[in-house]
Amino acid sequence: MIEINDLHKSYKMGSNSLHVLKGINFKAEAGELVAIMGSSGSGKSTLLNILGMLDGANSGEYTLDGVPIKDLSETKAAQYRNKFLGFVFQSFNLINYKSALENVALPLYYQGVPRKERQEKALKYLERVGLKEWATHLPSELSGGQKQRVAIARAMAAEPKVLLADEPTGALDSTTSYEVMDLIQKINDDGNTILVVTHEEDIAHMCKRIVHLKDGVIVEDKKVKQVRAEQYV
Amino acid sequence: MFNRDRWREILEVLTSNVGRTILTAFGVCWGIFILIVLLAAGKGFENGIRADFGDIATNTMFMWTRRTTKPYEGLPKDRSFEFKVSDVQAIWDNVPNLRFVSPRNHQGGTGGGNNVVRGIRTGAYSVYGDYPEIINQDPMTITSGRFLNYNDINERRKVAVIGRGVLNDLYEKDEEYLGTYIKIQGVNFMVIGSYKKNSNDGNGEDSQKEIFVPFTAFSQAFNRGEDVGWMAITAKDGSSISKLKDNIINVMRERHKVHPEDKRAIGYFDLYEQYNRVESLFVGLKAIAYIVGIMVLLSGIIGVSNIMLIVVKERTKEIGIRRALGEQPWSIKKQILMESIFLTIISGMVGIIFGSLVIYGINSLLDSVGPVDMFINPNVSVGVVSGALMILMISGLLAGFIPANSAIRVRPIEALRTE
Ligand SMILES: Nc1ncnc2c1ncn2[C@@H]1O[C@H](COP(=O)(O)OP(=O)(O)O)[C@@H](O)[C@H]1O
Ligand SMILES: [Mg+2]
Repeated sequence: MIEINDLHKSYKMGSNSLHVLKGINFKAEAGELVAIMGSSGSGKSTLLNILGMLDGANSGEYTLDGVPIKDLSETKAAQYRNKFLGFVFQSFNLINYKSALENVALPLYYQGVPRKERQEKALKYLERVGLKEWATHLPSELSGGQKQRVAIARAMAAEPKVLLADEPTGALDSTTSYEVMDLIQKINDDGNTILVVTHEEDIAHMCKRIVHLKDGVIVEDKKVKQVRAEQYV
Repeated sequence: MFNRDRWREILEVLTSNVGRTILTAFGVCWGIFILIVLLAAGKGFENGIRADFGDIATNTMFMWTRRTTKPYEGLPKDRSFEFKVSDVQAIWDNVPNLRFVSPRNHQGGTGGGNNVVRGIRTGAYSVYGDYPEIINQDPMTITSGRFLNYNDINERRKVAVIGRGVLNDLYEKDEEYLGTYIKIQGVNFMVIGSYKKNSNDGNGEDSQKEIFVPFTAFSQAFNRGEDVGWMAITAKDGSSISKLKDNIINVMRERHKVHPEDKRAIGYFDLYEQYNRVESLFVGLKAIAYIVGIMVLLSGIIGVSNIMLIVVKERTKEIGIRRALGEQPWSIKKQILMESIFLTIISGMVGIIFGSLVIYGINSLLDSVGPVDMFINPNVSVGVVSGALMILMISGLLAGFIPANSAIRVRPIEALRTE
């Protein structure tokens, strides 16, 4: 599903540059649930952003579901993001003047789905994350966990090939974190490919595979036995 | 393109900070208001001046004789001379594209002594010896009876057409006056008609106190012989009297042995030139109105542009989220542009409405206090209003252009990082 080869990324900081990713090779099959771990500043977000086509690499190859991703125009990138990818951020990134339902419907709007169908679909996904009753509420009226569940519903609404989550539990307490992980596991159970960036061991172990990032390279890549989050909820 | 979601979004954004939106709108509102009011004021002034010209045929010149200032062909300078009746035919023969050539004579006037008597009543009036065509050059409305005709001219009938002012002075109210006689300088003339002139200028009263008699009868009654006091000459539509003027004057110089370089011997007043000068004044006024209005409007537009930039800045993160979710850059651009156009047009319409209310108010005021010199019925045409809306549309587009571009210049990744 995802394949990257010898990926390099450096940030220019005035005259000197910061080499963040120093040749990443990585492959993920459809249906995988991968945790990307590493200490703060190790380049996890950078990697995820490149995978999410929000940022470009300096060199290396990236193929998503057989489509080579290279030198995309902003228009094309937006199209691919909309079609292939769902994002979940640490800070939820919901649009604060739109209701939960409208937030979830947003990616469908950009796909040109008619209004009625859009709302039905959005409601279906809100129901899946258990927030059907909160459809008309604004983000400010929701708790952190609820916001993240809305964000997950939004990411799933467009039925993407890959779900990218950057520290989805980073802003949540542990119980809420487990609820969110439970949801992510269930989405994965349905066959969706998911990449989760985290620096928390327990969260990482709720995935099926852990990739360790250190000093710009992958130092460890191992399959783990998935800990189900359900039991902690 | 103009779907419900977009409109909702525009309204959401503009109503999210109502105070700011109103302040922004004010700039554009004020600009278009000033533009409309200035244009209307210019129009009012124009109407006032035009009314001063009355109905007079503007493609007309008046020409009279003065003293020569150069000796010529053995004749001395300072010689005085008169136009003759035969000059009229000479002008017709030598100058093409003329419509009317009317010789005129005049005596009396409201400033002089009493020259008209009827029974025990007397008055001082301007008495003109005229040809029938004069009614086309100095238009008047015949309110009863008839105007002079060629039978009057040919038979030298002693008949007179009198103004309403004369009528009021010399006759009782409701008294029958057609067929009665008035005595002008001791000569009896029969009243055959009365007239009324449309003129709003200061001499409005005087222009109703005139008496028109046949040119030939005038000459005979007051011993003018073949002399012509002055001429009123009108060019055909499509040719301007200003261009024919030199030609006409040259014919007169030749006939009266005036030195070809003698500029002062023949006096004239070119109404057309005068009228054009006033016309260009109107054009100037309009230009000033447009320049001032558009300057103010421009500052309003810059205001809108600035606010939109701030809005875009505030929404950087939101725009980043939308782009991460797959909104196309052009779609974001369109959104910002539409917000800008919407804001500009709405505030412009408010300006137009307020402007129209002020103009309406001024008009009702003018109606209630009576006519004001040189200012009549200020107004703006539908054309101007729709032109203003056009300008607003373009302005909104311009105002939104920079913000819209800056909205998509920030890459989504950077937009998302700003916490
Ligand atoms: N836009 C940027 N410009 C410069 N440096 C950056 C930028 N983004 C990230 N970095 C730097 O790159 C390194 C990796 O960042 P990041 O991928 O966010 O780490 P992580 O998500 O693992 O904490 C950090 O040192 C960070 O300061
Ligand atoms: Mg990070």
